[in-house]
Amino acid sequence: MDIRHTPTVCPYCGCGCGLTLETAEGRVLRAIPTADAPVNRGRLCVKGWNVHDFVQHPDRLTRPLLREDRETRPLDWESALDLAARELHRIRDAYGPDSIGILTSARCTNEENYLLQKFARCAVGTHNIDHCARL
Amino acid sequence: MTNPFDDLERSDCLLVVGSNATVAHPMVGMRLLRRKRAGGFLIVADPRRTTLAEQADIHLRLRPGTDVPLFNGLMRIIHDNGWHNREFIETRTENFPALLDAIAPWTPEATEAATGVPRDLLFRAAEAYAVSAASSIVYCLGVTQHRCGVNNVRVLADLAMLCGQIGRPGTGVNPLRGQNNVQGSCDMGGLPDYYPGYQKADDPAVREAFARAWGCPQPSTPGLTSLEMMEALHKGTLKAMIILGENPVVSDPDANHVRQALSKAEFLLCIDIFPTPTTELAHLTLPGASFAESEGTFTNSERRVQRVRQALPPLAGRSNSRVIQELSTRMGYPMPPDSPAAVFDEICALTPLLRGMSHERLDRESLCWPCPDKNHPGAPMLHADRFTRGKGLFAGLAHVPPAELPDAEYPLLLNTGMGHSQYLTGTMTRRCPMLEREMPHLEVDMHPDDARALGLRNGARARLSSRRGAVAARVHITDAVPAGTVFAPLHFAEAPVNLLTSAERDPVSKTPEFKICAVRVEKV
Ligand code: SF4
Repeated sequence: MDIRHTPTVCPYCGCGCGLTLETAEGRVLRAIPTADAPVNRGRLCVKGWNVHDFVQHPDRLTRPLLREDRETRPLDWESALDLAARELHRIRDAYGPDSIGILTSARCTNEENYLLQKFARCAVGTHNIDHCARL
Repeated sequence: MTNPFDDLERSDCLLVVGSNATVAHPMVGMRLLRRKRAGGFLIVADPRRTTLAEQADIHLRLRPGTDVPLFNGLMRIIHDNGWHNREFIETRTENFPALLDAIAPWTPEATEAATGVPRDLLFRAAEAYAVSAASSIVYCLGVTQHRCGVNNVRVLADLAMLCGQIGRPGTGVNPLRGQNNVQGSCDMGGLPDYYPGYQKADDPAVREAFARAWGCPQPSTPGLTSLEMMEALHKGTLKAMIILGENPVVSDPDANHVRQALSKAEFLLCIDIFPTPTTELAHLTLPGASFAESEGTFTNSERRVQRVRQALPPLAGRSNSRVIQELSTRMGYPMPPDSPAAVFDEICALTPLLRGMSHERLDRESLCWPCPDKNHPGAPMLHADRFTRGKGLFAGLAHVPPAELPDAEYPLLLNTGMGHSQYLTGTMTRRCPMLEREMPHLEVDMHPDDARALGLRNGARARLSSRRGAVAARVHITDAVPAGTVFAPLHFAEAPVNLLTSAERDPVSKTPEFKICAVRVEKV
C-alpha cells in the first residue's frame, strides 16, 4: 500500500492548525498534526483529529441534483452548468444584474473566494456578494 | 488580530472578552492557560463561567449586553487614578476629550448597577490591565454579535489606546475569527463594499482600476449584505441566489424568515459538500469539493496565509474553482481554467497587502499580511508605529441596550454559541462519530434556581420558544450560566436555535444580535 502524506490546514476554526492527511488508495486514513506548523506545533483539538470522517462520509454529494416539483434527479456536469448559466442569464436579462445575489464562503479557499467575487462583479455585474451572516 | 498567537504568551495581563476560547479556538485557549500557569494575570469578562473564567484571576461576570458600560467604567477608574498612558495619548491618538465625556457618567457605582460586577473587582481589573507592562485584549463573537457590536469593539480599542497597550509585543486588540477562512474571504473582497484587499467599491478610481485589470466595466450600484439579500428576496427585488458552502437556513438568525425568503427565489443554486436544509430549497445543487480535495490557501485569525493542499481528487470530479470558471465562461465572461497558483498570482498582483506572496513562497513559509514585496517577511504585528489611519481615534461611546430583553411573556435571556465537539451548523462535525457521541442532541444550560422554579430536572425534556419559533431540547442544569439566562449551542438542524434568535443587527457591521433574545422554557 502506497501511503501519502499531504500537509494542509484544518477546515474548522480560525486558529488554522497545520494538519497532515495520510492517504492511501483514495482514502484518508487519518489526520495528524503537522510537526512544525507555527500555530499548533504538534497538537490538534478533537475536531481536527477527526476531520477525515466527514471528508469520506457516505452522505457526500457526488452528482449535480436538479429539483423539479417534488422530484430530485441527478444531472451530468455539462447539463447542470448549462442549465445554471441559462437560468442566471434569463434572470439577469429580465430583471437586471442586481436581481442576483451571491453568498461566498468562509469555508472555502482564498482562490475560490476571489473567483466567486470576480464572477459576481464581472460575469453577473453586481456587488451583491457577501458571506454568511458574519458568524 | 493585531498581534500573533504566540505573542499572547508575552503578555503580563490578558483580558479575554466574550470568548470561550478553550472551546471555540482551542490553540488560543491553550496559550492563554499556559501563560496563566506561568504567572500571567488573567481577566475574563463573560456572563458565563467558562473554563477560562474558572481559571481566571478575575471573572467580570457582566450582565449580557452591558459591555460598553463595563469598559467605560473601567476607563473612568483608570483615568481617575492616573493609570492612563499620557504620552501615548498625546503622540498617537486624537479625540481624547470625547472619550472623557463618554466615560464621565460611568462612576464605579453606576457601572456596578448597570453590569452587576462588584466595585472591588472593577478596581482590581482596571489596575491590572492599565499598569501591567504588557496587556493584551482577546475577544470573539460574544463581543460582536450584538446590535451594538461595533461599539463593543471600539470601546475595547479605546481602552487599549487609553493605556497605550497596543503596538508592542504582548499587547493589542485581538479578534478571534469564527471560521477557518472568514479572514480570507473578507480579504478577497467577498463583501459588497470592498474589492480584494479592502479597496473600496464606492471609489470610482478603484472601480476603474479593477475594470482595467479584469477587462470588464464595473457596476456602480452598491451591493447588498447577506441579510439584506434575504429582505430583498422577500420583497421580490432579488430573484436568484448562488450560495457556496454556506447553510443560512440553520446559521442565520430568525431561520423561518430565511427559509421563506429562499423559497421565493426564482432560481436558487447551491454548491455544497453535503445536503443541508439550505440545499433542500435549491433548484440546482452542485457537489462541492472539500478542503482535502482543494488546492489553495486559507488565512487564519493572525492574518497568516497558509497553503491548503490537495490530498485526494475532487470526489465529484470538479474543483470548486473549475465550477466557478466554467459557469463564468458560459455566462459570457470567459475565465480560463487557471490553476489555483495562477489565480493566487492574480490576487497578489491586485492586492497590495499580499503583493509579496506566491504559492511557491508559501510552500516554504507561512506569511502574515501585509507583505508588500517579495523580500518582505510579513507583519505578524500591526500598528507598531502608527495606526492605519495615522493617529488612533478615540470613539467615546454611549450605551445601547439590547433590542429584546426578557419580559413577563418571555422571561429568560437566550445566549447562543458553540459546544466543544461540534462546529457551527454541524454539517461536518455531526458526521464524525466521535464528535457526535460527545454531543448528540441539543442541551440547554440553565441555572439551578430557574430550573427549580420551572420544576425541571437535569436531563428533562423541554420546549424552548421565542417570539419567532420553538425547538425541543433537554435541560442541563449548571450554575455556569447566570440565573435568568439560558445558553444553547447552534449545531443541531433538527433543533435549530436560530429559529429563536432575533435578526436585529448592528447598524454598521450588520452583524446580527445572536447573543441576546428573550425566550421561555416549558416542561413537555
Ligand atoms: S484542530 Fe481544532 S484548534 Fe486547530 S484549527 Fe482545527 S478546529 Fe481549530
